[in-house]
Amino acid sequence: MVSLDLLANAVVAGILLGGFYAAVSLGVSIAFGLLDVVNIAHPVFVILGSYAVYVTNTAFGLDPIVAGIVFTPVFYGIGVVVYRIYYVSFEKKGQESLRGLVFFFGVLFIVEVGLTLKYGVDYRLVEAQYIGESLRFGPVGIALRLLVPCVVAVLLTLVLYLYLAKTFVGRAIKAVSQDSLALRLMGADPVKVKDVAFGIAIATASLAGALLIMIGPVEPSMNREYIGRVFAVAVLGGMGSIGGTFLAAVIIGVAESLTSTFFGPSWAVAVSFGVLLLALAVRPAGLFGS
Amino acid sequence: MRHRTRWRSAWANVGALIGTLLLSGSWTAAAQGAEPIKIGFGMALTGGLAANGKAALIAMQLWAEDVNKKGGILGRPVELVYYDDQTKGATVPGIYTKLLDVDKVNFVVSGYGTNLIAPAMPIVIERKLVFPGLFGLANNEKYNYAGYFQIMPAGPRPAVDWTATYFEVAARQTPKPQTVALVGADAEYPHNALAGARENVKRLGFKVVYDSTYPPNTVDFTPIVRAIKALDPDIVAVYSYPPDTAGMVLAAHEVGLRPKMFGGGMVGLQFASLLTKLGPKLNGIVNYDFWVPEPTLRFPGIEDFLQRYQAKAASAGVDPLGHYLPPWAYAYLQVLGQAIEGTKSLDQQIVADYIRKAEFDTIVGKVRFGSNGEWLQSRVLQVQFQGIETTDIEQFKQPGKRVVLYPEKFKSGTLIYPYSKAKIQ
Repeated sequence: MVSLDLLANAVVAGILLGGFYAAVSLGVSIAFGLLDVVNIAHPVFVILGSYAVYVTNTAFGLDPIVAGIVFTPVFYGIGVVVYRIYYVSFEKKGQESLRGLVFFFGVLFIVEVGLTLKYGVDYRLVEAQYIGESLRFGPVGIALRLLVPCVVAVLLTLVLYLYLAKTFVGRAIKAVSQDSLALRLMGADPVKVKDVAFGIAIATASLAGALLIMIGPVEPSMNREYIGRVFAVAVLGGMGSIGGTFLAAVIIGVAESLTSTFFGPSWAVAVSFGVLLLALAVRPAGLFGS
Repeated sequence: MRHRTRWRSAWANVGALIGTLLLSGSWTAAAQGAEPIKIGFGMALTGGLAANGKAALIAMQLWAEDVNKKGGILGRPVELVYYDDQTKGATVPGIYTKLLDVDKVNFVVSGYGTNLIAPAMPIVIERKLVFPGLFGLANNEKYNYAGYFQIMPAGPRPAVDWTATYFEVAARQTPKPQTVALVGADAEYPHNALAGARENVKRLGFKVVYDSTYPPNTVDFTPIVRAIKALDPDIVAVYSYPPDTAGMVLAAHEVGLRPKMFGGGMVGLQFASLLTKLGPKLNGIVNYDFWVPEPTLRFPGIEDFLQRYQAKAASAGVDPLGHYLPPWAYAYLQVLGQAIEGTKSLDQQIVADYIRKAEFDTIVGKVRFGSNGEWLQSRVLQVQFQGIETTDIEQFKQPGKRVVLYPEKFKSGTLIYPYSKAKIQ
């Protein structure tokens, strides 16, 4: 007999977890889905974001979310520089497929080793009033360290969705993924548009890093644990679909949470990837892919 | 005539010198002069276990410094030869082959952790080497190799003895708790520990109401904790690595899990990084440990060692407390060093025989090994977090915050029972 309280808690926990997955995956969705850049180094930028937040939280007591927002322009700049190097070295020469992949592997290891050399390999956590506390709505308990990331992820999704749908540059970013030649004929420079888009993708990592270190401890090599999951979310959502990415993340989060609660946590990841395979069998382009 | 007498006297002196050297056994040392005794190992300096691996290396370097300051071993300095195993078992066989065949080390010792000791075992067994191990759980169970010695005080039946103490503490409570929830990560250590825990649960007559593992990359532990809470077990035993430990403690706090005892085998609650972030949320947790700064565990040399370790730890970016692994990394080299001194030999077989029979004085106390190379008697401590009010690191250097409950010989306080009573203090 399934307890309704337990079911409600599992669904809520899954939605909150999904929100966090969405925040981590949005950058991949933009880079991989819209720009066709297989940035497998994205999770390491998330970890870099975690460390930036850790440093400011430890030194100045700055709230993790505020610190994450403060660092977004810096991460935007890093994203632009990384994309420029990638473009000049590989994309321009038409060598982006395999060599580009190796490039991002290289970036991943350089950032990881840099963090290890600078901060060591100990686990890092941040402090905030709401970490470890929870709210209760009847039988449903909500952990604030999961609620806050979910709310931030919803806002981030909304902002990105509106930016891509309503602004000139946003529409240009969507256009560059469809037909960059047509965009050039319209007088826009696809490379500059991609600069902006990749910068935004990496800027999201700053906020995602803040959310990650709020949820649990972080160390430099943890990034690899997220590579599979973020790409799974981006693919399930439909390449480049911001709303689809959020929905896919919530589906995977709820699937994991329900499995953990009722069938044992060891099946959780297998079930969520099973959901991905099933969904792709029915809709190969993902939930909102065209 | 006088000339002949002088020659006779000189030859007599040479003969006496040779005889003395041979009798004292120091001929080899004198012949080899200052050539160092090389001790080789792989160590996790990058990757998942690097936090501990680097801390262990600092301790080992302190030991080498101390030994060399006192004139070395058998009159020879010691030299550590080491490579980064990257926390990857696949790198270990190559490292040990290189240490033995290229670097020509005199002895090898293990790197840190079960998963990195296991791949070295076939090589050391094939070459009949003495092999002190650093925190491997039940690595010798399959081989029963006579040259293996494990410094971790898990006891003669490592998996069972490791987990026994937590349930022993539970079984002594009145009324005796009845039901148990077991949970751990899908990884080598938690699997071994869970197997041992099941045996202890059965032996002590508890009933298992939840028994599950979770993937190591689990992000949210609240569904697991809620599922456990729904079954209302008396005891919750968790076997986890540091990120999961933080997740479980936070989730237990958020969900309001209130068993009579909570803890068991959570790795991470021995390190400053987690202790200083979890702070008062730790109160009431009963967990394993190997050394804590309680008056009952102040062995000669430990405080001096910790002071020197802590001075180096900050710049190395490793655990600033150093209570968990570093003293043991120092101690397993103390054992090897004392065995070489005791036998005055570099012969693997002779040194191994000596380690098997002798008792060693180390900074973690007296050490004696059983026939399978594990400690003759378990000295896994169960400690309870008590009276933690802040997240300040200094409090964890003082007694009274991690009170030893078990074994009796080292007991320094009493259990606050049930768990919820310690939580509200």
